[in-house]
Amino acid sequence: MTTTGTKAEDVTAGLGDGDWEELVGVALLGTDRRKASPGALLDAAAVQTVRRRAGLRPTEAGPRPDPAPRDPRPAPPEAARRRLAQLLAGRTGAGSGGGRRGAAPDLTELLPQWLAAAGRHGYRAPHALVPALLDAARARTDLRAPALALAGARGLWLARLNPDWRFALRGGAGGAGELPDPQDRAGVERLWQEGLFAERVALLGLVRAHEPAAAVRLLSTTWATERAEDRLMFLDSLRVGLAGGDEPFLEAALGDRSRNVRATAAELLSALPESALAGRMAERALACVGPQGVTPPAACDAGMLRDGVVERPPAGRGERAWWLGQLVEAAPLSCWRERFGGLGPAQIVALPVAGGESWREELHAAWCRAAVRQRDPRWSKALLGEASAPPATAPGTASLAERAKLLSVLPEGERAQWVAEFIRAHGLSEAFQLLGVCVVPWAGTLGRAVVDALDAAREAGSYPWSFSGVMGLAERCLDPAEAERLEAVVARGCGFADPAEASSGAAAYWAEAFQRLVATLRLRAAMLSELAPA
Amino acid sequence: MTEHRVRPTAEQVLTLAPDEASRKAGAKLGGAGPWSQTGDSASGLVWGLCKGSGSTPYRTVVDVRGPAYSCSCPSRKFPCKHALGLLLLWSAEGFGEAGEAPPWAAQWSAQRAARAAAKGADVPGGPADEEGAKRRAQRRAARIGAGVGELEQRLEDVLRGGLAGQQQAGYGPWEETAARMVDAQAPGLAARVRELGTIPSCGPGWPARMLEEGALLHLLNRGWLGLAGLPQPLAATVRTRVGFPDTAAEGEVVRDRWLVLAQYDSVSPDGRLTTRRTWLRGLGSGRPALVLDFGPPGRPPALSLPVGLVVESEARFRPGTAGLRADLGERSAAAAPGRVPAGVGTGAALEAYGAALREDPWLDAWPVVLGPVIPIPGERGWQLADAEGTSALPVTAGTADSGSRSGLWQLAALSGGGPVTVFGECGHRGFTPLTAWHPGCPEPVALG
Repeated sequence: MTTTGTKAEDVTAGLGDGDWEELVGVALLGTDRRKASPGALLDAAAVQTVRRRAGLRPTEAGPRPDPAPRDPRPAPPEAARRRLAQLLAGRTGAGSGGGRRGAAPDLTELLPQWLAAAGRHGYRAPHALVPALLDAARARTDLRAPALALAGARGLWLARLNPDWRFALRGGAGGAGELPDPQDRAGVERLWQEGLFAERVALLGLVRAHEPAAAVRLLSTTWATERAEDRLMFLDSLRVGLAGGDEPFLEAALGDRSRNVRATAAELLSALPESALAGRMAERALACVGPQGVTPPAACDAGMLRDGVVERPPAGRGERAWWLGQLVEAAPLSCWRERFGGLGPAQIVALPVAGGESWREELHAAWCRAAVRQRDPRWSKALLGEASAPPATAPGTASLAERAKLLSVLPEGERAQWVAEFIRAHGLSEAFQLLGVCVVPWAGTLGRAVVDALDAAREAGSYPWSFSGVMGLAERCLDPAEAERLEAVVARGCGFADPAEASSGAAAYWAEAFQRLVATLRLRAAMLSELAPA
Repeated sequence: MTEHRVRPTAEQVLTLAPDEASRKAGAKLGGAGPWSQTGDSASGLVWGLCKGSGSTPYRTVVDVRGPAYSCSCPSRKFPCKHALGLLLLWSAEGFGEAGEAPPWAAQWSAQRAARAAAKGADVPGGPADEEGAKRRAQRRAARIGAGVGELEQRLEDVLRGGLAGQQQAGYGPWEETAARMVDAQAPGLAARVRELGTIPSCGPGWPARMLEEGALLHLLNRGWLGLAGLPQPLAATVRTRVGFPDTAAEGEVVRDRWLVLAQYDSVSPDGRLTTRRTWLRGLGSGRPALVLDFGPPGRPPALSLPVGLVVESEARFRPGTAGLRADLGERSAAAAPGRVPAGVGTGAALEAYGAALREDPWLDAWPVVLGPVIPIPGERGWQLADAEGTSALPVTAGTADSGSRSGLWQLAALSGGGPVTVFGECGHRGFTPLTAWHPGCPEPVALG
């Protein structure tokens, strides 16, 4: 017993001097088993702990990262940097109050505009904000290209260190440093053979921008071994810069194993009015449609099938009408002038169609699709008709989605003018899709039409949330210069309303909505002026 | 009598709470939401109506001279959560001009005065009150002493059986011990005990960490029991660490131009109380200072000093706490200095921490401007390496919150692989970066 007693004392006495590991061992098993005193153990451990902490030494440094390449672009001015930080922080905190939006601007929606404007000024992102920018780009694909462009070399440098941001190394826009020079044949060849799908898409785009024919040549080298969905995506990327030189490749793709690839090849060829396919389609369409009326095809022959015509109609549609629509859609619009005795698009569209109303609808719908596909402004304008006329009587289509597509083919000024007239005649409730294809910031006439219509809606006693879509668009798209006019509208609204009424119901909500609109416009104006170089 | 309208800080109010649950519940009621008809009088009465679940609101009144409390709620806790909430709200906002107490509050106050007069005792004001305060302090010291004894017993019991059993034993017994420390009015001990209880569940190496923290708690207990024999500054540190700071003691006053190095908030585990830490460095004295401010529920702390700003002010340092804790006096803000503060290397940073441990062995970290250093990201942990040489400090792994992680990436983005100057807390867990400067740009970047 005495021996163990002495030993116990030895243990704790010895522990005081040195071995921390042994102290931990005793603590783990318990002093009872070691016949030591817990108080002495705690004393020794306290001394050791303070000693260890006071005697801490630096550790060995790991390998340092390679320095980031220099970005020669200037950083934005101080105020703009603060604004970006605020916009990026607002990205996650959006929708604080749930349903109703209150009078404060929605910062999330302003981020794309800030990025675009900063890009135009040729700035780089402030270094410390690059991580937040990469996070934003990861969460929102619509931000990806401008955010990565702004983040530049430092963004790519960071993305190599953090797997969360690996997407940045694959994207086309920001990954410029990762892609070989389009003239570097070996580099291009290697990446095309070994690259990830997204890298290959980016590479194809790069090569195509440099020399269209080279892209098609590159594609041909591996075409037969690509998977069907990849073939489809690659083919689709030829849409950019489509030209006559692509025809042989596309013509060959008409014989592809995949139906989707065949259909896309046919669609692209039909957008080339000079192509052989377009010629064949014109011949077929002209045989069916003329001044005498409409005679849809009686059968879908092998030639039509090869040129991408889909044989089976969707449920509820007659097959002959289905075939007719596809032929007219794919035929070059230029072929109709001669067929209708030299008439222009507007006159042709205005002609009555013999053989019944349903043929007229089929024919006009097909022309609408053709006008969009061939990006023909004259036909588009003719098919849209007068903006002020009731949509139901429109020559081409009453569908707002189709009309928005037709509008997108018109030159910017005409587009804004047409939509402004439409709003003046029909109000805002149908205008949302049409506004979506207008160029930002909205032209003066268009902006005024929207503000006047909102004002009219308020006077008519409707509630602002019936127009929340348009309101949101207006916040992002109105020219900031409109803020002053808008304030006059707000002031007028407050002055006229009976105070009791103004503080309750629709009037109060309108006041709030207009205040937010004004605040957002002022914010956008401030944002843009902050970005101007000092 | 106007001195009674000097309002307590949120921290002071919370030390009045009888237990942890009351602290939490009181903090919840410390926003304007449930309160109406609040007010205070020049004589030190604070009152308000608090909406509870019933149709009649509770009538809460506090005499801050006592302090003494009354509330129409059925709680047996003293003070109840309503009284605490009322005081928190009052401490945060005040209730405007002093006013006349409503009849129900005035009546209670009058009854109290009458009772005191009848007993001939020492209620409000005068030398009798000082006597009372002294007695109360003695009573509290005795309670803490009892708590310390109990805690020592508990620590020894655990070590007798061995730490190995702690993972099975779970957090419950520690929570119980922490509650006992709250009862003993030693909130500092309670917090350390709670921390100790979480260690067995926090991953590899926990036995060593638990022994460290247990031993430091033991050291604190021993410090308290031997308080009379300690040199004055160390005694003040022990008192502060236990949670019974000597409010009467005079601290050192330093007048300087203070550069704001960092400011960050942390929220109490129940999400109700925000603590704002502001780190300063005297440009003349070179002295670091930590200013704490508290915000009740739903409200940020009032003190807001942007990083990089220089303020001219007196700082009154509290006794103990290794001379870090300070309260700012009247201040005048000056323009931002536009200068990167001078930094030290990794070795000097650890030496500074080590030296500070002499004054406060319980100190987790010491404020240090480090630089020039290069951040090295790593999957198993980040480092800040001296720009020259092979030494580095490990960066503290950002706890559960991803906020500090994003701060690290900000730091990496700012450096781009090159040298930066970093301010942060340097301690035994590693270095926690808070603010960074790039050599090309004097403007500081607050990390996180």
